[in-house]
Amino acid sequence: MSIPAPFDYHPVKTVDEAISLLQEYSDDAKILAGGHSLIPSMKLRLSQPGHLIDIRGIDGLSYIREEGDVIAVGAVTPYIQVLRSDLLKHHFVALTEAAEDLGDQQVRNRGTLGGSLAHSDPAGDMPAVVLALKADIVVQGPKGKRTVQADDFFVDTFLTALEPDEILTEIRFKIPPARTGTAYIKLENKASHYALTGCAAMVTLDTDGTCTAASVAITGASTKTTRAGTVEAELVGKKLDEATVAAAAQHAAEGLELVEDIHGSKAYRAQMTVVMARRAILQAAEHAS
Amino acid sequence: MGISAMVGTPIKRREDPRLITGQATYVDDMKLLGMYHMAILRSPYGHARIVSINTDAAKALPGVIKIYTAEDLRGKVGNVVVAVPLGRIAEGMGIRGALAEGKVRFYGDPVAAVIADDAYTARDALDLIDIEYEPLPAAIDIEKAMQPGAALLYEEFGTNVAMSSHPPTDEMDKIFEQTVADGGIVVKQRIVNQRVAPVPMETRGVIAEYRKSDKSLTVWSSTQIPHLLRNFLAATLSLPQHQVRVITPEVGGGFGCKLNYYPEEMVAAFAAMQTGHPVKWIEDRSENLAVTVHGRDQLDYIEVAARKDGRVTGLKVHGISDMGAYCQLFTNVIMIAFGFPVSCGSYDIPVHLSFDVVFTNKAPTDAYRGAGRPEATYVSERAMDLVAFNLGLDPAEVRRINFVQPDQFPYKSSAGAVYDTGNYEPALDKALQIIDYKNLRAEQARKRAEGKLMGIGISSYIEICGFGPKGTAPVGLYESARVRVEHSGTVMVYTGASPHGQGEETTFAQIVAEEFSIPVENVMIMHGDTDSTPEGRGTYGSRTTAVGGAALFNAVQKLKEKMKLIASHILEASPSDVELEDGKFSVAGSPQKSVSFNDVALTANFSNTLAPGIEPGLETTVFFEPEACVFPFGTYVCSVEIDKETGETKVTRFVAVDDCGRQLNPMIVQGQIHGGIAQGIGQAMWEGVEYSEDGQLLTSTFMDYAMPIAEEFPQFELDHTVTLTTVNPLGVKGVGEAGTIGSTPAIAAAVADALGVAHVDMPFRAEKMWKIIHQQKG
Repeated sequence: MSIPAPFDYHPVKTVDEAISLLQEYSDDAKILAGGHSLIPSMKLRLSQPGHLIDIRGIDGLSYIREEGDVIAVGAVTPYIQVLRSDLLKHHFVALTEAAEDLGDQQVRNRGTLGGSLAHSDPAGDMPAVVLALKADIVVQGPKGKRTVQADDFFVDTFLTALEPDEILTEIRFKIPPARTGTAYIKLENKASHYALTGCAAMVTLDTDGTCTAASVAITGASTKTTRAGTVEAELVGKKLDEATVAAAAQHAAEGLELVEDIHGSKAYRAQMTVVMARRAILQAAEHAS
Repeated sequence: MGISAMVGTPIKRREDPRLITGQATYVDDMKLLGMYHMAILRSPYGHARIVSINTDAAKALPGVIKIYTAEDLRGKVGNVVVAVPLGRIAEGMGIRGALAEGKVRFYGDPVAAVIADDAYTARDALDLIDIEYEPLPAAIDIEKAMQPGAALLYEEFGTNVAMSSHPPTDEMDKIFEQTVADGGIVVKQRIVNQRVAPVPMETRGVIAEYRKSDKSLTVWSSTQIPHLLRNFLAATLSLPQHQVRVITPEVGGGFGCKLNYYPEEMVAAFAAMQTGHPVKWIEDRSENLAVTVHGRDQLDYIEVAARKDGRVTGLKVHGISDMGAYCQLFTNVIMIAFGFPVSCGSYDIPVHLSFDVVFTNKAPTDAYRGAGRPEATYVSERAMDLVAFNLGLDPAEVRRINFVQPDQFPYKSSAGAVYDTGNYEPALDKALQIIDYKNLRAEQARKRAEGKLMGIGISSYIEICGFGPKGTAPVGLYESARVRVEHSGTVMVYTGASPHGQGEETTFAQIVAEEFSIPVENVMIMHGDTDSTPEGRGTYGSRTTAVGGAALFNAVQKLKEKMKLIASHILEASPSDVELEDGKFSVAGSPQKSVSFNDVALTANFSNTLAPGIEPGLETTVFFEPEACVFPFGTYVCSVEIDKETGETKVTRFVAVDDCGRQLNPMIVQGQIHGGIAQGIGQAMWEGVEYSEDGQLLTSTFMDYAMPIAEEFPQFELDHTVTLTTVNPLGVKGVGEAGTIGSTPAIAAAVADALGVAHVDMPFRAEKMWKIIHQQKG
C-alpha cells in the first residue's frame, strides 16, 4: 500500500517559524511546498521524515518581480506562474520552455521553483536552467540570509548547499545584456519524462554575431546538474554557426560522471548530451539575434 | 426497422455520465460497518527460501487484528485455481496456495497478510513483520532457465519446463527442401514478444463480508468474471455454492488481468470468515505493476519458406512461453490454446508448431488484451515481412497472394482454427487507399534521398474470439440473458457477461430497442451481481457481444413470439399474421388494427384480461453457446520516422481498417479500436517489464515503466468493412482486442523498414534505434 510512515505536520506562517522547526528537528524534518517529489517518495517510504513543515501558508514567498537589474522569483512560486510570466518569457525563454514541458498539469500547478532547486534531482529541468542563467539563490537560516551562486548550490544527487536549518527563499536572475538568448532542450526518458539528458544554454552575442558570453548546463546525464565549462570556452570569441557550435558541443559530456540505467547507457547519454547541447546552443543563439 | 433503427447508430454511451462525473461506485468507494483493512507483505526477492517469520512486533501494534501466513490457510483455503493443468502442472508444478510456503519465487510473492482496523495501521504493521530469507539464484532469462544447471523453481521436478511438445518436422522439412530446390527461400528469425504490464487505471481491489449466522459470503471485487469468481471462492473456501455472492462494482479497466482468481481475493474472504468483519484490500500501483499478471513474454523461433513470387509454402513456429513463477488461471495455455490455433494468420499456409512452456522467477503471466493472439499474429506478420524483405517484394503484395480466399470459408487452418467468414483483400485495399500507399512510398523515397529514415509497415491480422464453443475451457463458455418486459413496457435485462468499459449497457439496450421496436431509453441492462444475473462467464476475449449479445437476442425473440401471441388474441388474428413495427403489434395488411407494445406488456403483467391458457408475465432466460469462435480481421498501415541523431521514433500516420462483422454502435467500435491501438503501439514502442538477473523488478513505478501518453500518437485514421459471421444471429464478431493485435506488427514492420533491416525486436526505444543506425554507419 502506498501510505507514508507516520509524521507530524507543521503548517507555518513565517520563515522564522520554519527555520526554528528546522533547527529543532534537523534531518528528521522536510519542507513541504508543492510536494510532488516529496510525497511520492514518502508513499514508497523511500523518505520517512518525522516532521513535515508546510510553508505554503507563508505570505510573500510567491512572486515574480523586477528589482532593478534583477528578476526575483519567490521560492514558493509554482511552475504555472513561471510559465505564464511574460516578464520571464521576455528575458529567459528557457525558463518558460522548461516549465511548459515539466511533469504534467498537476505537477505544474503545485510544484514550485524553489522546491525543484532544493530537491536537486540530477535529472531535474529547473536546476539546469537556473545554472545556465547563472542565478543567485537566496537562503535563510538562524544566522540570517545568505546568497549562494547557482554554481555552488547543486552539490550532488539530492544534495545542495542548504544547511539542515536553512530554507531557500528566493531565486535572483540578473537581467542579461541585450542580444542574449536562452534555450532548454531535453531528450526524455519515456517513462518518467525526466531528462535522460538535457541542456540549458545562455549565450550573448555582440553586434557582429560573435559570442561574448556562454553558459551551458547539463542535466540527466550525470549525478548532478553541471556546467559544461569546456563547451563554454569553445563558444566564447567565436561566431556561432552550425560548425562552431557542433565543434564546441563535442565537449559537452567531458568531465561528467555519467549515469547508466535501464533507460540509457553511458555511451548513449554521452552522445545525446552532445546532441542536446548542440541543439540548445543553436536555439539560444537564434533567440539572441 | 421503424421507431428505433437502433443497431448501427452511434448513440452516446449511457455509462459515461456517471463515469465522468465521479458518480460511479468502485470497490474503494465502499465503506462497510466494522470493516477491517488488509495489507500484504511481499517478497523483496526474486527467489528465496523462507527461513523464519516473526509476527510478534506486528501483532502488538495497536489496531492490528490478525496476521495470516500460509500455515493459517493450510487445510482451510484451497489452491489458486488453474483452468487447464497439463504436463507437469497436473502433478503440482506451479500450483500454489494463496500465501507463499517454504519459498518465494518472484518479487512481490505474497507471504503474509495483516488485518487491521485501518489501512494506515495495516501498512505500518508490514514494516514490523520480521522475515528471514535465504536468497537463491534466480532463473530470469527464459532460454537460460531451460538449460541444465539453471536455478530451479521447483527442485522436485528437476527442470523449469512444465510442458513441451516437439513433434517431428519431416513433412515440413520436405516442403522446405522442395521450395529451395525450386528457387525459393527459407528465412529463419528469432522473435521476442516482450513482457508487458496491463496497467488498468483502477488497480485491483476486493471487499469480503461474511455473515457467520447463516454462513453467507459476499465479495465485491474489481473483476471481469463474477460467476467464475463465485464458483472459485465456493470451491476453495469449502462453502456451498449458493451461499456465495459476488458483486462487481464499477471496474476501472481490466484488459484481461482481472480475468483471474487472485490470492488477495482468497485471503480477504478467508479473513472475513475468520473475523466476522468485512475485510477490504486495495492494491497500490507498485503492487499492481509487480504482481497483477503480466502479459505476453513469448519467444518464438520461426522458419518460413516461400517461392520466388512470395507465395509461402510453409511456416515452422517454435514458441517458448514464459509463465513467470506460478500458474494463474490460464497462464500455461495462453500460447498453445489461444495463440497457436491462429498461427497462420490471414494466410492459407501450412504450419508446424512446437513449444516449451517454462517457469521463471518473475510474476505470473496470463491474459492481456489479445491473450496469445497478439503473439501469434506478430509471428505470422513478421514472417510475411521477412519473405517480402528477402525477396525484394512489396509486403502488401506478399500478403495479398497468401490470403485465404473468400471462397475458402469456413476455412480450416492448418494450425487448427476454423475461420467462420472473411474477406481480407478489400480491407487491405481500403487501408492502402486511405493512406495513399503509392504516394507514401514515393514520399519515403524522397525522404530517403534526403538522408531521412522513414518506414512504412503493414499488418493484415485476423483474430479468434467470441469464446466459445464446447471444449474451449473445462467449464462451458456460454453466455446468458434474462429479459423481463414489465407492465409499463420497460425492459429489464440481466446478462451473465460483465462489461467494464466495453459499453454493453448501451449496445445491449440498442439490440433490445431494435428488436422490440421501443425507445432505447426504456431498456435497462444489469450485470455483475451473481444473485440477480443468470450464470455467465464474464467479459474478456471479445466475447460479450458475440456470445452475450446473441443470448440476449434469442431471449428477446422468445418474448417477441409470446407478445405476438397475446397481441393476436387482442387483435383477433392469427399469430403468424401479427407484425411488430414502430412500437405496435398489427395485423399484416391491416395496419389500423394494432395494439401498442406497452399495452401488450400491460396485458401480460396485469393478467386479468390475458387470454386463458397463456401464462402471465413476460420473462425468459436464454443460454447461448456458440458452435464456433468468430474471426474479426483487418489491415493496418502506418508510417514512422526515426531521428538519425537520437534514435527517437515518431509514429507519423496510422490507418486502421477493421472488420468486426455487424457494428452495433460505430462510435463504441471506434473507441475500442483507439484503445486497442494505443496499447499495441505502447508495447511496440515503449513498454516492457524488466527484471535484474537476481529477480529484482526494475520497472516498479511509472518512473521506470514507460506508459504511452496521448501526445505520442498521431490521429488514428479509422475505416471498416463488414463481413457478417454465421456463428450468431447478430452477425457480430468481436472488436475489443483487435486493435492491439493488429497494431503491434504494423509498427514493427514500419521500424524495420525505416532502418532497412529484416527485423528488430521490440520495444523500439531510442537507444536501440540509435545503436542500429550507428552500426550501419560504421
